Amino acid sequence: MTTLLIADHDGSALNDATLRTLSAATELGAPVHVLVAGSNSDAAAAHAATFTGVENVLQASDAAYDHLLAEPVAALIVSLTGDYDALVAPNTTNGKNIMPRVAALLDVMQISDVTAIISADTFERPIYAGNAIQTVQSTDATKVITIRTAAFSVAEEGGSASINAVSGDTGEGLSSYVGEEVAKSERPELTSAKIIISGGRALGSAEKFQEVILPVADKLGAAIGASRAAVDAGYAPNDWQVGQTGKVVAPDLYIACGISGAIQHLAGMKDSKVIVAINKDEDAPIFQIADYGLVADLFDILPQLEAELDKPS
Amino acid sequence: MKILVPVKRVVDYNVKVRVKSDGSGVELTNVKMAMNPFDEISVEEALRLREAGIASEVIIVSIGPLKAQETIRTALAMGADRGILVQHDELVEPLAVAKILKQIIDEEKPELVIAGKQAIDDDNNQTGQMLAALLGWPQGTFASVLAIADGEMDVTREVDGGLQTIKLKLPAVVTTDLRLNEPRYASLPNIMKAKKKPIEMKTPEDYGVDMTPRLTVLKTIEPTGRNAGVKVADVAELVAKLRDEAGVL
Ligand SMILES: Cc1cc2nc3c(=O)[nH]c(=O)nc-3n(C[C@H](O)[C@H](O)[C@H](O)COP(=O)(O)OP(=O)(O)OC[C@H]3O[C@@H](n4cnc5c(N)ncnc54)[C@H](O)[C@@H]3O)c2cc1C
Ligand SMILES: Nc1ncnc2c1ncn2[C@@H]1O[C@H](COP(=O)(O)O)[C@@H](O)[C@H]1O
Repeated sequence: MTTLLIADHDGSALNDATLRTLSAATELGAPVHVLVAGSNSDAAAAHAATFTGVENVLQASDAAYDHLLAEPVAALIVSLTGDYDALVAPNTTNGKNIMPRVAALLDVMQISDVTAIISADTFERPIYAGNAIQTVQSTDATKVITIRTAAFSVAEEGGSASINAVSGDTGEGLSSYVGEEVAKSERPELTSAKIIISGGRALGSAEKFQEVILPVADKLGAAIGASRAAVDAGYAPNDWQVGQTGKVVAPDLYIACGISGAIQHLAGMKDSKVIVAINKDEDAPIFQIADYGLVADLFDILPQLEAELDKPS
Repeated sequence: MKILVPVKRVVDYNVKVRVKSDGSGVELTNVKMAMNPFDEISVEEALRLREAGIASEVIIVSIGPLKAQETIRTALAMGADRGILVQHDELVEPLAVAKILKQIIDEEKPELVIAGKQAIDDDNNQTGQMLAALLGWPQGTFASVLAIADGEMDVTREVDGGLQTIKLKLPAVVTTDLRLNEPRYASLPNIMKAKKKPIEMKTPEDYGVDMTPRLTVLKTIEPTGRNAGVKVADVAELVAKLRDEAGVL
């Protein structure tokens, strides 16, 4: 019995989502091997080796695996699966892209977005935008699982696994990488931030979003989120979308500004520890789940909040 | 080229579903149903490709109960050419859906499949990727822009860090994200016309696909709820509470 964790990484380190998935993978009860794929992945492989619970790091350095393209990486994983009972990945866009492809090649039904591991074959997962939680048992020989990372904590450091080079299938060159637009920011990442401030349609423009949300985010050291309506309207980039079909977050503090609280939005943030809602409509559904509600115009409130945070506590 | 668009009939996105008190599932009787919203985006994209002269025919497929005919009819009213309903009244899993779609694709030979990124009932986000695997085709998931030229397609994808563009060889499978387009509404004349468009009736047995679920649902429960907290009067009170009561600042 061994579990293979497919790492999501940027070459230099495993990302936070992978480290949370490692906690989930160890809960399966078997030793965990971590697959780090891509050329220039030495630092990421070395990073993987430092976590407790990791028995072995497999490094596949073929450039065919760069950018974790689904076709070659799925082919690689399938060529390694003989040794594994469970294949686990975070529910990042890479995990969501690659793992169902692996599952189908193995004739296995994937268990998506797992929030709790009951046993090696039984899992909890949310359905209907988190309005119901299902317990499912897999009858497949190999378990293919993606993990809802907000539901698990980051694995602990303290391991010293060996790193072994592996190779496998590279697929048939069906796809190739062209480019990306990835904003580099000093701010914490949305899915690992302790504090998130999110803006909705009420912001009205990208300029206003920058003008009123950013200064408060900077004061709080917070990540920035958005509702679908704000992203669709072009006020915020797509990777800020929180919700059923965006990112799922569970920070200590979530501040929703001018967001009505549609079920699709709540699906992405209702497990936050403390929720604050600022909305000028006192009947907005967001207030039904907010710990602290402020019925007011966000354009008045956010500058005041920025000033208040400067005052000594 | 032909484009195949799989559409799923799901609970309307405005409905907040209730879990049955005996834990056997969610209450689906007398609940409003609709086409999965991502599938509307897929249908729209396929129609635009046909209108641009890139595609010749748009075929809609649904695997589900007889009532899924209505969902196919909605896509036909938007402008799709014909439909196939593979009737199955029980729960369907993405792996089985992908297997049926593969058989249909082997017969119909489309060069492009446009599926939704996720069905909003089971939130699986699997079918398109599984289908691509079974066909041995490339996949462009979470698409926000498609550009087809010379037997290849550039797909811009919504990824965690922003946007990524990849190039796929056709034939390929694409799954749609929210920003790809805004689906049209069916006009009254088109709704009338759609009534005459053909929907072929099939069963999983016709394709020799075993529909037995691989995942056994042991129980379905209500999530732990949250209660409404308090309203604060002003920013000073809010910050004081966050500091002293909640301890998060
Ligand atoms: C398939 C599908 C997937 C979806 N996925 C997601 C998702 O992942 N994430 C998501 O967020 N949504 C998602 N949605 C959309 C969701 O249903 C809602 O439409 C969306 O969340 C609404 O965004 P909003 O709250 O910003 O806008 P609105 O609902 O328009 O709310 C704006 C709010 O701002 C308040 N307001 C206006 N002016 C001010 C002011 N000056 N000061 C204070 N308050 C003000 C108003 O009272 C209102 O409550 C999805 C929908 C579908 C169909
Ligand atoms: N029963 C079905 N019939 C037709 N298409 C389906 C069905 N189930 C899933 N799909 C397609 O696969 C997409 C993703 O669904 P899922 O993998 O279940 O989240 C949907 O948006 C549809 O395009």
